[in-house]
Amino acid sequence: MVQTLEQAASRRKTRFAVIDCDIHTAPKNDKVLGKYMSERWRKHHEQFGGRGHAGAYYPRANMNAARTDSWPPSGGPPGSDLDFLREQLLDGWQMDYGVMTPLVGSGGQINLEYGAAHATATNEWQMAEWIEPEPRLRGSICVAYEDGELSAQEIHRASKYKQLVQVLLSARTTEPLGRRKYYPMYEAAVEHDLPVAFHFGGSGGSPITAAGFPSFYYEDHAGMPPAFEAQVTSFIFEGVFDRFPTLKIVLIEGAFAWLPALGWRMDRAYAKLKDEVPTLQRRPSEYLRDHFWVTTQPMDEPHNPDHFKRIVDNIGADRLMFATDYPHWDFDAPDQALPVRLPEEQERAIMAETARSFYKLA
Amino acid sequence: MTEVATASIDQKLTGGPVIDCDLHNTVPKIDALFPYLSAYWREYCTQSAFRGPVDTAYPKGHKTTARPNSGTPPGSSLELMQQQVLDPWNVEVGILNCTYAIESVHNPDTAANLAQAVNDWQVAEWLDKDSRLRASIVVPVQQPEMAAKEIERAARDKRFVQVFMPVRSSILYGNRHFHPIYEAAAKHDLGIVLHFGGAPGNPPTPSGWPSLYVEEYVGMGQVCESQIMNIIAEGVFDRFPTLRMTIAECGWAWVPAWMWRMDKEWKGLRREIPWVREAPSEYMKKYMRWTLQPIDPPDILQFLRIVEEMGSEELLLFSTDWPHGQWDAPEEAMPPDLPDGLRRKVAYENAKAFYHRL
Amino acid sequence: MAKYVVATVDEIPPGGKKIVEVAGRSIGLFNLDGEYFALRNRCPHQGGPLCEGRIAGFVIGDTPGEYRYSRPGEILRCPWHGWEFDIRTGQSWFDPKGVRVRAYEVAVASGSSLPPDAQPALNTADMRADEDDMAGLEKGPYVAETYEVTVEKQYVLVNVPS
Repeated sequence: MVQTLEQAASRRKTRFAVIDCDIHTAPKNDKVLGKYMSERWRKHHEQFGGRGHAGAYYPRANMNAARTDSWPPSGGPPGSDLDFLREQLLDGWQMDYGVMTPLVGSGGQINLEYGAAHATATNEWQMAEWIEPEPRLRGSICVAYEDGELSAQEIHRASKYKQLVQVLLSARTTEPLGRRKYYPMYEAAVEHDLPVAFHFGGSGGSPITAAGFPSFYYEDHAGMPPAFEAQVTSFIFEGVFDRFPTLKIVLIEGAFAWLPALGWRMDRAYAKLKDEVPTLQRRPSEYLRDHFWVTTQPMDEPHNPDHFKRIVDNIGADRLMFATDYPHWDFDAPDQALPVRLPEEQERAIMAETARSFYKLA
Repeated sequence: MTEVATASIDQKLTGGPVIDCDLHNTVPKIDALFPYLSAYWREYCTQSAFRGPVDTAYPKGHKTTARPNSGTPPGSSLELMQQQVLDPWNVEVGILNCTYAIESVHNPDTAANLAQAVNDWQVAEWLDKDSRLRASIVVPVQQPEMAAKEIERAARDKRFVQVFMPVRSSILYGNRHFHPIYEAAAKHDLGIVLHFGGAPGNPPTPSGWPSLYVEEYVGMGQVCESQIMNIIAEGVFDRFPTLRMTIAECGWAWVPAWMWRMDKEWKGLRREIPWVREAPSEYMKKYMRWTLQPIDPPDILQFLRIVEEMGSEELLLFSTDWPHGQWDAPEEAMPPDLPDGLRRKVAYENAKAFYHRL
Repeated sequence: MAKYVVATVDEIPPGGKKIVEVAGRSIGLFNLDGEYFALRNRCPHQGGPLCEGRIAGFVIGDTPGEYRYSRPGEILRCPWHGWEFDIRTGQSWFDPKGVRVRAYEVAVASGSSLPPDAQPALNTADMRADEDDMAGLEKGPYVAETYEVTVEKQYVLVNVPS
């Protein structure tokens, strides 16, 4: 029998609630953020635009590093259309909440005052065009993180917006994040009980690896963990958590399977090299356990699923927070991302409950 | 002055003779190289008061650099090495890694001549004096053509088994820039050792310079990660399939997570590096090994789990890392509860199989 | 098994594709040089809409700097993580270990009456992949589900288990 059939849309479901901790919403075009700047900075934005540490660009696998199916039908780049975001993501996966992490490069600006204006505009844009119309969305306070005073200022200003749930940095900074120049920013963050998150990417003036610039996008993309590891090591050994005992750090889009081995390595090194850090009050792995949360995308895929369970048990499901990284091409699908079936409690925690509690969502 | 010899290590720990893949012979002072330098270079060093390259890989006064009573400077005495390692551990073969930071010397000719002198010194003061010893060829990595010449020269002495390249560099080691080194090494069946340290001038992290030595120490594992990814992505082993690389003194507990990372992304981005014909972790297992010290896993359970996750029992090579103080009791250097088969592989068989020139 | 009409021939010219919903499954139809192929629109990795991905040629090398390009238009790249699938067979070449996927036998039939003006989009004579290029790579267990396609008069039909 020959049948002619209609097209039908398909929906996918997850077992448990989903909170997405890494969504890249983007302005429709270059002019959008200018609307939220003063005249002086809008003109600068239009004429000069961003100036970061150029020379670290690798053509992405896809345009805008996005899924090829994430271009909104209304026009504009992936992540720029709220209705399409709802369709493909918030409604599409029946999410409880989503946390925006706009990658617009405020903190990477070498002109720090411009960077600060850019950050303020980004924060206002998040509130006006995303959070106001969509109650499931939360956002991140962008700051000119290379300047302590400017970033503290913006944190104090933007703290009135309760839906901006963290301070957002990039993973590659000019100095390791445990260094003193960043302390005014942490001081402001803890005053308002805001976690500090750092996200895949950025460029602080050094080559993007410790041994120079790689040749391939493959390396730029897959090679982020060393940047995260160096930052974690810096926070811990510099005693940042002794100085700021309530400071919480979120690692976004840096993978996570590397955490247990780093914890061991730091502990071992600390046992041998204690003399260099005599005022450090606890073992490194204790700080790691108490002060760091990590998002799950890009999901690590051990060859043997049992090994994945070991990692989750070591880090703790109460430190892992699911993320899709929508609209990027290496998007993790909420119903498929976990490579193995975990105990229900762990899966619930990872998919939503850890984030719900951490970001104080209902 | 009497030095204290170490008591014989209980052979139950190692199951028999060992191959120690990371021993350090230290150039005591620049004068030690003078017999192997021409008149011009002797005068150059003397008049400029050049005392040797400066690097921060090993803080002089700390026990991680120097065990107690290991010499002045530590690692400069063959006799102490014999008393503290070669005899008590029943070392059948000991591979010397001389961490002389040639890469920090910007004058290419100074660098090349110093490298040559260090290698001649290694032969005269170490290899000729103890037949258990083998060595790594020190080269100016920053000048691959000159490095290749020195490899050609030194390779004639079969007791050199590999070429020394410090983990930190200013250009990632997969870059085609380094092909002359790999070509020369492959031609003579020499391995490559990527060793903890290096003073290339650029920072040891992607975010600049860390404040503390302990950060640099911990961070060396991460530098390895970036180097390994680049070496494989750039097709070094596709171009030189007989080449073998040892990663020395940088730990190895980080290896499985790195294998998974590299494999996952390669599946989707393979097109950019189409000569990488199989999963990057396969290349790691085939072409790379890791020396045992320092042992990061905190107990035998985690030790064995990491070996399992690495997917092969052939990847670890015993090392004492003398005179660096990575361990106190011998049981910390070689866990007593290793399964017998694994014990012998780590202590001896893996190195025997891996180095072409052993 | 039942046959379902999914398109008319002129809807899917050489180099074209169409995605349809059939028997509860989303399926992508492809036309390579006048031959039709059908793959399940669901990547075996994380279930992404495979057939919405971009179509590319095949590239392989033996040594760094070597890019041997062949079979333009015959490789489907998942729009999510970029995994490559051979449109003709549904085979993914590059993951020798991993998750088990249901494999379907592929049988491809040319249309009994193709429109007379249907021509291959490219002269592919020079771009046939070497046997050696495709050999030596491990076939992975990842196979996109494929379905038998026949052409009856002006229609494209796909054969799908009910």
